[in-house]
Amino acid sequence: MLSSSRHAALVPLPLLVTVAVLASTPLWLSKVGLYQYLALEIMIWMLFALGHNLLLGYGGLPSFGHGAYFGIGAYAFGLLQLRGGAGLVLGVLGAVAAAGIAGALVGAFISHRRGIYYALLTIAFGQLAWFVAGKWHTVTGGEDGLLNIKRPDLSLGFVDIALKSNEAFFYFALAVFALVLVALWRLVHSPFGRILRAIKQNEMRAAFVGHNVWLYKWLAFILSTAIAGLAGSLFAMAQQSAYPNVMSLHNSGFVVMMVLIGGGLVSFWGPVIGALIFILARDLLGAYTETWLLWYGLVFIVMVLFQPDGVAGAWQAWRARCATRGTERRGTATLATQIKET
Amino acid sequence: MALFEAHQLHKRFGDQVVLESITLSFEEKQLTGIMGPNGAGKTTCFNVLTGRYAPDRGSVTFAGEDITGLTPRQIARRGLSRSFQIMNLFDDETTLDNVLVALPSVREQGFSMWRDLGRFSRGRELAMAVLDRVGLAGKASAMAGALSYGERRALEIGVALATDPRLLFLDEPTAGLGAEGTARVAELIAQLKRELTIVVIEHDMRFLFGLADKINVIHWGQVIAEGTPAQLRHNPWVQRSNLGMLA
Repeated sequence: MLSSSRHAALVPLPLLVTVAVLASTPLWLSKVGLYQYLALEIMIWMLFALGHNLLLGYGGLPSFGHGAYFGIGAYAFGLLQLRGGAGLVLGVLGAVAAAGIAGALVGAFISHRRGIYYALLTIAFGQLAWFVAGKWHTVTGGEDGLLNIKRPDLSLGFVDIALKSNEAFFYFALAVFALVLVALWRLVHSPFGRILRAIKQNEMRAAFVGHNVWLYKWLAFILSTAIAGLAGSLFAMAQQSAYPNVMSLHNSGFVVMMVLIGGGLVSFWGPVIGALIFILARDLLGAYTETWLLWYGLVFIVMVLFQPDGVAGAWQAWRARCATRGTERRGTATLATQIKET
Repeated sequence: MALFEAHQLHKRFGDQVVLESITLSFEEKQLTGIMGPNGAGKTTCFNVLTGRYAPDRGSVTFAGEDITGLTPRQIARRGLSRSFQIMNLFDDETTLDNVLVALPSVREQGFSMWRDLGRFSRGRELAMAVLDRVGLAGKASAMAGALSYGERRALEIGVALATDPRLLFLDEPTAGLGAEGTARVAELIAQLKRELTIVVIEHDMRFLFGLADKINVIHWGQVIAEGTPAQLRHNPWVQRSNLGMLA
C-alpha cells in the first residue's frame, strides 16, 4: 500500500539512495557506455512523473494531458529568457508559476469530475495547449518552437556558477530534484496528502465527514501541474529549446506509462523506477531497433495484465512473501525448541 | 425547540414523488427511529436531511439554523454526521486511518502539507478512543477492506462518530447482521443514546422498539404515524403490519 499510519521517516532510505546514485553518475556513466545527458533526462522525467503520480496515485485522478503543463513550463522559461531577459531563478520560478496558473484554470473546470470524464477533459485541454503551441507562430515559434534557449549561470551572490556543461547542469537539476523529492515525500504523509488519498478511495464519504473535496482535487492538480512546469523548464535548458512535441498526446501518455510500469499506484517510488526503465528502454532498445516502442508497448500490455501494480508492486509482493516465509521459519524453530524442551 | 426540524419536505425524481410533505423533528439527546416498508422513502429522506440531495420544497433547520440546500460538507461541519446502509469506507486505509481522517482536528489542518500526520499523537489517541467505542481497538492496523462484514458495520458507525457530531444519523446499522451482531450494535447505540441525538432507520422493529424514544413511520413518502413505541403499538397500520406481533 502507499504507506501505513505509522509516522514516516523525515528522509527515507530510498530517497538517499536515489539521490546518491544519481549524484555518482558522472563518475561511472561514461564507463558503462552511457552519457551524462541521459541521467539528466531521466531525472527530469522522474520529476515530471512524480508530480503526475501525486494526481494519479494519491488522488486517483487520471490526467492524460499532462504534457501540456510540461510544455507550458518549457515555453515559459524560453519566453522569459528570450523576450524578458530573465535569468535562471526568475525563469524557473516563472515557468512553475505559468504551469501552475494554467493548472489552476483547467483544474477549475475539471475538479468536480473524476474517472473517465476527468481523463477526457484533461486530454481535451492538453490537445488545446498542443494546438496553440503549434499554431501561434508569433509567440511560440510554431512547429519549430523556441530555439537557442541558454542555460544561464547560477548566481549565488558571491559566486556565479556556469551551468553550460551537461555535468554542471546535471548537478543543478539534481539539487532541484532532491528538494522536490523531499517536499513531495512530506506532502504525501501530511494531512493534505492523507485526505487526498481518502478522497481517492471514497469521494462521497470524504464529503460527508466534512472535507472540501473539490478544493483538495483542485490544489492537487495545481501542485502537479506546477511540478510538470518545473520539469519543463529544466527540459528547455537541457534541450536548449522548447517545441510543440513535448505537449503532444504522445508525451502525455509516456508519463502515464512510466507511473504505471514503475508502480505509482502502490508506491511513492513507482514514478522514479518507471522513468528510469522507460528512458533506459528508449535508449538501449532504441539502439537496436527503431521499433523499440512496439516492444515496450508489448511489455506494458503484459505488465498491465499480469502485474498491474508495476515494478514496485512486484517488489512489495516479493517482500511480503519473504516476510511470511520468515515467520513460518521462526514458527518452526519455536516449535522445534518446544519439542526439545519437552 | 427541537434540535433538528424538517418542514414540509418534497422530493421528486422525474415524475416519481418520493417524499411528500414530510415533517419531522428530532429532540436533543433523544433517539428517534424511522421505519417503514422497503421503498417507502426512508433512505431518500435521510439523503435529503443530510444534504446529499436538495429538497424540491420545504426547509431543514439544525440548531436554529436553516441548512436547506447546503452541501454534505457544510452540513457535516455543523455537527451532523451519518452512516450509510451500503458501506462507504476508505478500503485501502487501516481501520485507524479511516477514523483518523474523519476527525475534525485533522480536517482543520487539512491544508498542512509539511507536517507528518503519523506524528499527530493527539489525533491517534482520539481515533483509538473511537475504535475502542465501536469495539475495533484490536483491529486498528487492519485494512478496512479486509475486515469482516460485522466489523465493517462497526467501522461505518466509527467513521460517522469520528466527526464528533451533535446529531448522528444511522442508516440501517444492523443490515445484514445476525442476531449476535445486531445485539452488539444495539448495545453500542444504547451507550451513545444519552450523549448525542440519534436518528436510526431500521427494518428490525424489535431493535427499534427496544431503543427508540420516538418513532416515525414513513410510507408512500409520507409520515403516516409517529409517537412513542408504546403509543405506536396501538396504531392501526403498525397493528396490520408484522409489527403487530410485537404488541
